[in-house]
Amino acid sequence: MSDTALHAPAGTDRAPRARFWHDLSFWGLLPSWLLMGFALILPIFIIAAVSLATRGAHGGFAWDFNLAGYRQILFNEGWTGELEFTPQYLLIIARTFALAGATTLICLFFAVPVAYFISRQPPGRKAILVYLVTLPFWVSMILRVYAWMIILGKDGTLPRLLETLGFPAGMSFMFNDGATLTAMVYTAMPLMVLPVFASIEKLDGTLIEASHDLYGNRWVTLRRVILPLTAPGIVAGAILVFVPALGAVLEPTLMGGGKQMMMGSLIQLQFGGGRNWPFGAAIAMALMALVMVFLIFTALRAARREALP
Amino acid sequence: MSTRHDVKHYPGLGPFTALFFVYLYAPLAVIVVYSFNANRVAGVWTGFSLQWYGSALHNAALMSALETSLIVAAIATVVSTLIALSAALAIIRGKNVRFRKLSETVVNLPLLLPEIVLAVATLILFSLIDVQNGMLRLTIAHSAFCTPFAFLPIRARLQGMSLDLEEASADLYADRWTTFRRVTLPLIFPGVFSGAMLAFLISMDDFITSNLLSTGGSTTLPVYIFSLIRAGTSPELNAIATLLILASLILATAALLVAARGVRDNA
Repeated sequence: MSDTALHAPAGTDRAPRARFWHDLSFWGLLPSWLLMGFALILPIFIIAAVSLATRGAHGGFAWDFNLAGYRQILFNEGWTGELEFTPQYLLIIARTFALAGATTLICLFFAVPVAYFISRQPPGRKAILVYLVTLPFWVSMILRVYAWMIILGKDGTLPRLLETLGFPAGMSFMFNDGATLTAMVYTAMPLMVLPVFASIEKLDGTLIEASHDLYGNRWVTLRRVILPLTAPGIVAGAILVFVPALGAVLEPTLMGGGKQMMMGSLIQLQFGGGRNWPFGAAIAMALMALVMVFLIFTALRAARREALP
Repeated sequence: MSTRHDVKHYPGLGPFTALFFVYLYAPLAVIVVYSFNANRVAGVWTGFSLQWYGSALHNAALMSALETSLIVAAIATVVSTLIALSAALAIIRGKNVRFRKLSETVVNLPLLLPEIVLAVATLILFSLIDVQNGMLRLTIAHSAFCTPFAFLPIRARLQGMSLDLEEASADLYADRWTTFRRVTLPLIFPGVFSGAMLAFLISMDDFITSNLLSTGGSTTLPVYIFSLIRAGTSPELNAIATLLILASLILATAALLVAARGVRDNA
């Protein structure tokens, strides 16, 4: 093992193997930089530019700098050009946050007990249960939302079931925030269970015993020992659930109906019909900013947590 | 009853978990059950029938959407797996990678941003440079957002591997290409395989990006299903959905089994 050769400074005569790894770093990363640069980084700069452009007459946009896209989030332009404050888009932003937050909390509420139970099983059964949690995640998202449309919709499973129990016929549970939330929780659930399980599994059982020896009952042990120690998994799960939930498109579109929009379905609407690209781009920028703030906030908290012993 | 006094035992978790699994699988089961219903109205059971499967298989629009999806997914899988493989080799094995952390972030970027933002950004890009071909748009976008899914299993596999065998191969005068082909690749193959499978599934499954980028002639399967749902639920849709659920369960199981075997080999 020629260790010195591997870490030789650049420009000196290196062993062929070391030079290979050095070249590999450059050539190996080049394709991913090219693809991501073209298909991700460049488009994000473009969308920032478009959010500052002017709306075109027939969809699309023109390169005239103006803030109309952002102004439209807060103000409505009247017939004579005067601006009046309008809360409708703020409501959509608030709904987006409320539903994404509720989704995260509900998933967490279910994930902790299930993950704990699975972690206490013998190895073979544990592997099978983890596999069973993962499996529905690989079924197409649109089908997982569609399943709830069949269950909750008019003539659906749940209304028929309630009808046989003596409730009035023809009930529908669709086209409201509750329906959207139901589908969001269902699609996100595996993403919460897996990281929480990974954390709970690493938990040292003797700590739980110690807590009981110190007269902590099960509830105190859960609150003061189990939950704090699984915090990394809970944070990871919360990120995995919350970020996609902020950008949800399918759930509000299919379950919420036209009136109960979220930011994701609003963006989709502005671009889908070629309606108002600068406004859609402005909403997309706002959504991206919210996600970034959330990610930076959790990263900082994690860093602080590590800094404090 | 030793568990009665086991402090790590929380009562009621067993039934709770059982109910949780019912919750996970019941909605999918509902679709499967309804697909065999002879009646047009989903909620009314009038008898067992396979007719909807027959009509699904003779549905030309469905078959053309399936073809589009398969072509796009196949190309995106090959491209994203190759890119992910080279990136993983460079990030894990490369010496003095200056931008190691940054590169890893760039590869994982599609996971950090809401898909709808990337979808509209890509849409604007393609309309600016005037790429009107739906298939081309889809394959580029799919290759990009499938890369992190291919990357994660490959990276995990590479990280758990010692350099000894490759060193030995080099000592035996194998050139680097031979070493890679005969030693490295077979060793990390489980990671590459499950990465490719996941990329394929993610591509087949995608709705948000494909819905914005696809043009008349390049409707993908989820986009076609969305149009069916919009037209109103039908038993034929349930039959199509059941076939798709079955296909994804089989593929996912294959990917997970190979990944699990890889973990065992590593242990």
